[in-house]
Order: sequence, then C-alpha cells, then structure tokens
Amino acid sequence: MNAPRACSDCLRRAWLLVRLASHLDLQRRELANLLSHTDEDLIEAVGGTRATDVRAEWARFDATAYRERCAAAAVDTLCRCQDDYPAKLRDLDTPPSVLHVAGALGRFLELAAGEAVAIVGARRASPYAMENARALARGVAGRLTVVSGMASGVDTAAHEGALQARGGTIAVLGSSPERPYPPSARRLHREIIAAGAVVAELGPGVPARRWMFPARNRVIAALSEMTVVAAARQGSGAMLTIADAEGLGRSLGGVPGQVTAPLSWGPHMVVRRGGELIRSPEDVLTALGHDGPAPAAARERIDDPQLGAVLEALADGYEPRDAFAAAGLDAEGGLAALAALELSGRVRRRAGGRYTIVP
Amino acid sequence: MLARVTTFAIDGVQPFQVWVEVDIRSGLPAFTVVGLGDTAVRESRDRIRAAILNSGFKFPEGRITANLAPAFMRKAGPGFDAALALALLAASGQVPAHALAGCAVFGELSLGGELRDSPGALAVAEGAHRSGCARLIVPRTRAHEAALVEDLRIVAVASLRAAADVLAGGATPSLPGAPPAHGANGDAPDLSDVRGHEAPLLALEIAAAGGHNLLLEGAPGTGKTMLARRLPTILPPLSRAEAIEVTRIHSVAGVHAGGLISARPFRAPHHTISPAGLAGGGSPPRPGEATLAHGGVLFLDELSEFQRSSLDALRQPLEDGSVTIVRGQQSLCFPTSFMLVAATNPCPCGFAGVDDRCTCADADLRRHRRRLSGPLLDRMDLLVDVHRPTNDELSTSARSSSAAVLARVTEARERQRSRLMERGASCNGEMDTRAVGALVRLDDAAEHELARAYQHGRLSARGRHRVLRVARTIADLARRDRVARADLLLALSLRQRSGAELMEAV
Repeated sequence: MNAPRACSDCLRRAWLLVRLASHLDLQRRELANLLSHTDEDLIEAVGGTRATDVRAEWARFDATAYRERCAAAAVDTLCRCQDDYPAKLRDLDTPPSVLHVAGALGRFLELAAGEAVAIVGARRASPYAMENARALARGVAGRLTVVSGMASGVDTAAHEGALQARGGTIAVLGSSPERPYPPSARRLHREIIAAGAVVAELGPGVPARRWMFPARNRVIAALSEMTVVAAARQGSGAMLTIADAEGLGRSLGGVPGQVTAPLSWGPHMVVRRGGELIRSPEDVLTALGHDGPAPAAARERIDDPQLGAVLEALADGYEPRDAFAAAGLDAEGGLAALAALELSGRVRRRAGGRYTIVP
Repeated sequence: MLARVTTFAIDGVQPFQVWVEVDIRSGLPAFTVVGLGDTAVRESRDRIRAAILNSGFKFPEGRITANLAPAFMRKAGPGFDAALALALLAASGQVPAHALAGCAVFGELSLGGELRDSPGALAVAEGAHRSGCARLIVPRTRAHEAALVEDLRIVAVASLRAAADVLAGGATPSLPGAPPAHGANGDAPDLSDVRGHEAPLLALEIAAAGGHNLLLEGAPGTGKTMLARRLPTILPPLSRAEAIEVTRIHSVAGVHAGGLISARPFRAPHHTISPAGLAGGGSPPRPGEATLAHGGVLFLDELSEFQRSSLDALRQPLEDGSVTIVRGQQSLCFPTSFMLVAATNPCPCGFAGVDDRCTCADADLRRHRRRLSGPLLDRMDLLVDVHRPTNDELSTSARSSSAAVLARVTEARERQRSRLMERGASCNGEMDTRAVGALVRLDDAAEHELARAYQHGRLSARGRHRVLRVARTIADLARRDRVARADLLLALSLRQRSGAELMEAV
C-alpha cells in the first residue's frame, strides 16, 4: 500500500511548504493568496534572506528520499495529479498538492467519495456543546462521514461520537498526520486511524505552526457537503472553516445555544445568515436530502413521573437541587433519581455536581 | 553516695522507664550527665544547679556523675530535670532516699526552682502505673491529666521545694480544681447551625454511620469546612480507653493540657504541610497530623493543592490505621485511625461545568485532575457536591441537630457491629472485599440496578465494592436487612468518581 504514487512535482511542493513553514508563520498577508503562488513565486515572496538557499535546495529535491520518509512513517501520499485524488478537494482554489494519509488509503478514498459532514467548534467548549457534537456525530454515523480537526473540545467529541456508532470519520490535521496533535489525543488518533483516516497537507515529522490551522480548515470544509458549528466564540478558528465552506458553496449549519453564552455566537451567526438550524442528526440528514429518520438511539423510556420531572427540570437548565424541588423530591430521593437517570444514559455528571442532558 | 529515681521518657507516644542515678564522690567539683541525652539534657545541669540553690538547698560539692539508664536509648527534652534534681538531693542527704522508692518523678525545672509545665504527663502516668510505682510527682499544671490514671497517687507540686517537703513526710497537696471538660462548652459546632446543604448533610450522616471517607466537591466559600468541622459531633463518643489514648497523644504533642479530651479530634492541616508533618517524623520523631486526628477526623481542604508526596505519605496510615516511622536507630509506631474528609474545587477556578464561566487553562485542569486521581481517592467511598445555600434556604430553620443525627448513627453502628464482629471490623467502611461479598445482601431490584451500572461500564470493580459498602450503610440507617433499590441508587449517586471519570467530566 505504501507504493510511491504521488508525482515528484507535487511532492516537491509539499516539501517546500514544510521548508518555508517558519517563514509562512511570520506572514501577515492572506494565506490563501500565498498558497496560490507557484513554487518559485512562493520562495520569492516569503523566503527573505534565505531565498537563495531555499531555491538551491528546491532544485536538489530528492523525491525518492521523500517517499522513503513517508513509507517509514506509514504515511501514504496522494497528489492532485492522480485520478483518485478526492474530487471534492478540487473545488478549492488551492487544493493541497499532496494529501498525506495515515491509515488505510483505500478506506480514506471510500470515505472521501461518500457524503460527509464537518462538525467543528471551540476547543474550550461547554458540556452542552460537547454532548451535542457527540450526539450529532453518533446520529449521522453510518450514513455520513464525520470530518473534523481532532482538536480538543468539539472536534474530539465529534470524532468520538462517530467512533461510538462505528461510523467512518476523517481527522484533518495541520501538522503531520502520523503524530497526534494535540499530543494528549494519542488514543483518539489511534482509534481514528483504525476506523477511518487521519490526513494532512504536510508530510511526516512536521510540528504544528499557527498558519497550518487555517490552512487545514479549508480541507475540512472542502471534504464535507455540510459544515456544522456546534459552539464558537467570536473570532474562533471554527468560523474560518465556516467561511471556507461558504466560499465553496457548501451547506452550513449551527447548533443553537443559550443567547447569553459567548459560545453561541458562532452557531447563531450561521443561522442568522441563512444556515440550517441544527437540533438533531435528522436536521443534518434532511438538509442533505436524506429522507427517513436517523436510526433512533436505543434508550429506555422514563416511566416514573418523578424521574421525568427531574429530567425535564435538568433539561431546562436547573441545578440538581432545584430540579429535586420541582419534582417534589427531597435530597435523598432526588439523588437516587439522578443515579437512575444516569444509569439510563439520559444525563451525565459534570465536575462540580452539575448534570447535562445526553441528547 | 548513690541515689536512684524513676522517671519516664516518651518514645513516640509511649512511655518507657528511665532510671536516673546520681553518684557523688569526693574529688574535683564536676557535674556530668551521661546516658545519651540531647542538648536539653546536657543543659539541665545548669538549670538544676540554679534551681537547687534558689530553692534553699545546698548544691553538693564533689564529683557528681548522673546517669540516665538504660544508656543505649536516646533521651530528649527537659523532662528529666526534676528527677535529676531530686536524685541529687537524695544522694547528698537533703531528702530521704527511701521516700523516692516507688515514686516516679517528671517535670522540667526553672532556674527559680518551679516545676514547669511539661507535655506528656499522661503517658508518664500510664508508664508509672504499669511499672508499679505508687506515686508520681508531676508539675501542678499537669495534675488533671496525670490523674486520669487510676490507682496512682499523683503528687502535683509547683516547685522543687514542695516536692522535697512531700518526700520528707509532708502532706500531699490536694489536686487543683477540676478544669471544664474539654469540648463540652456551649458554643461547640452543631449541625443545627447548618442551613440548606441537604445533600451534604445526608452524605455526612452516611459517612459517620459507616465510617466512610468523604470527598466534598465545591467552590470556595460554599461551606465545605463548616460541614466537615461538624462531622465529629455526629460520631459516636470516644470510649474511655480511646479518650485516654487521644489525650495522651495530644499531651505528648504539646497541643493539649488539662483533663480528658472527650470530643473527637478534628484536624485541618494547611495544604503546604510536609509529608513528615502529615504522617509524623522529624528527629526525634513526633506524631503528625494523621496521629493527632486519631479517633477523629482529618480534614484536607484544597486536596489538589497538597504536595503529591504528602498525600502519598497518608497511604500507609489510611491502610493500616498506624504509621511506622524509622529514623536512624529508632523505629516508632504512631496510631492513625481517623476518618478522612477532603475538600476540593471542581476545577482551579471553581466554575467547571457552568457553561462558559470556567476560565481555567487546559494545563491547569489537567494538573488539577492528576492531583485528584491516585491511590488516595481509592480510599474515599463518598463524593458529594457542596453548593452555596440559596437565600430561601438561609432563612429556613435548622433541618436537624447533631444529637438527632448521632442517635441514628449510633443505632446504625450498632447494627453493623453485630454483623461485623467476627470479621474484626467495626463499621462498614472497614469491610474488605471478602466481607462485602459475604455480608452485603441485595434485594432483586437493587441487584438489577447494580448489574446495569456495572455492565454499562459506569462502575469499575473497585467502584462496585465502594458502592456496596455505602449502600449497606444506607440500608443500616433505614433499618433494612437487605439493601433496597433506593439504597443502591443513593449510593450510586454519592459514589466517588474515579480519576478517569472526573477527567472526562469537565
């Protein structure tokens, strides 16, 4: 599977981006503009005092050695000159010259050819946003591939949801694909590789730099028919993905939150500007023209009226003790009710003894 | 002339007998003290010389050799002063030597000849009684403490002169008036001071009834310390033997002087405490906070702020109920049977879980949670969240009083005692895996819920045992022989979440 497939020119382009990574980080100019430059122009534009050296190295580029490095890192390469390069990526003004794929290349091509939804959002997200991202991913799994960026917070929840439902998922990284970023996501990285693929524009052994995140966001947007933002503060990187998806003419969606929460800014903005209002996996599936409801998660019915009252009060955002009072329970009965709801998988305990609803 | 006086040194918190021997012979005037004493013992020569002269006695001329036997044990502190002085007076014929037979002496001397307050008198009195002494001379300030030992005549004197008078045949001075019983004053904390806090009160009652260690989670200022401080008031009172042990420990550590301690101790060390401060140590080894909390409650506020090494030092004390300190050639055992109550913030800023309000950086959160996981948490059966009481709750009347809760706790403990007797445990919190398997019976509905929790991966095997222990206690409080579904659900709700679950939880 690790046979050299990508052409030398494309590989040289990928090498050049890595070579100029530190220079690109210093650029204040529009990244999309820079990425559209030819190799020579790019060296000229950002190479600065090292331009001559870089040009010499560029001329000496050894594609075989590059391929060997990829093979050693168990990374497959796929360049834009190849026929099976994902068609959706060609919609970009500047499609990545090479996609580096950690995981089975066949699986990635299969997932990339099918329909996908990107679920993105803030790294520091609320339990509410995380639960929603997880439930959305779980609900569309099997019909749609879930694409995200493996960052902590919403991205992680989205991948986890897809994995829980044994669906396909693609993580697009800014840094090299064979290394988890953030490093704490080791386990998630391993699981995504097993069930889907981790891809990146840049090759093996590249540490993360600031400019790489907006660059990879365009890949997330391009790989997906729809991009849903679960939570994003004003100025969040997730909104760049939304902008990219809008530029590509793809569908947009936002999961509403509390109007007072800064995290709701992004989703509410998307909905106001004509994006879909996403309340459940069905909303995503309907927007993409799938009919029939998402396979309902098998869950127990709540028969006990007091349990139901506690659940409803928690769903309305009350703290547990107020929910007990609403259901007419004392602490003893209320705590037991919480345990029963938790056992049924309807609520999840958060730090500080707060409970969030599992959608 | 040779004279010999019995006294006691304190080894950890236990007394051991020391014979003070003084020999005076003619020769160049000199005064040496041998027998592995520390600096305080060496300096006692100057205190004794001044005290003897200022008490109106004559300081004997000649070559004076004093020995503290057995000579191989290290001896520390000024508690040998009085014994050395009286032995010196006996050797020089200024007090009758035969009067010192069967009489133990303990206390530090001032230059003026007064017997100063010396910690550890209760331990000394116990030692004197055990080694068959009939009388014990102690400083007057320690009279009540020493008098806790029965069948021992306490001679509580204020000065060396007074002690010599008694030995010369004078009347034994009566003991000073009894001090107020410790911990019985009216403004002691009580559960009736608590408003709101329904769930934490429930958890406290369960913790007290089953001897379960408890973790309180809540933002600063929500009342965690206030609640923990009231836990000793709902624990069964100390038995006399326990009370004497607690009094001895506190007396040796120098944190208590007076009569018997009847209230269970409550110790709340600051989170900057060192491992030695918590578990005991130093040279000579002194009891740590874990030992001072023996028989009572050790409260660790801001658990995640404690040094990892300090918390690790608590493992043996929690596991064994005692801690062994080895320093140089000494090995000491301190009792550490306490209930552990710990309090923590849900996250460094305290707002974890409140949508968006938490301002902690990821690194802070990870550090916080890493500190919270680990072996110490394994010993915590209960976790309860403490929230600020609402305004309405603050204006309600008290929900319960310590006395009412104590009555229920006592009854529940009684039920446990009969069940656990042959297993060598005294409360559900002490049940080991086998005892849990053999003694905790569930009804069908409870069995079903437990299986559900376990199969859904919400419980680890260890977590399951903790839940069963707590459920047993809840059933004991409800006077049920079998654990019912409601008991089990409540136990599940109050279960201590393992580190991994806490980590996922933000």
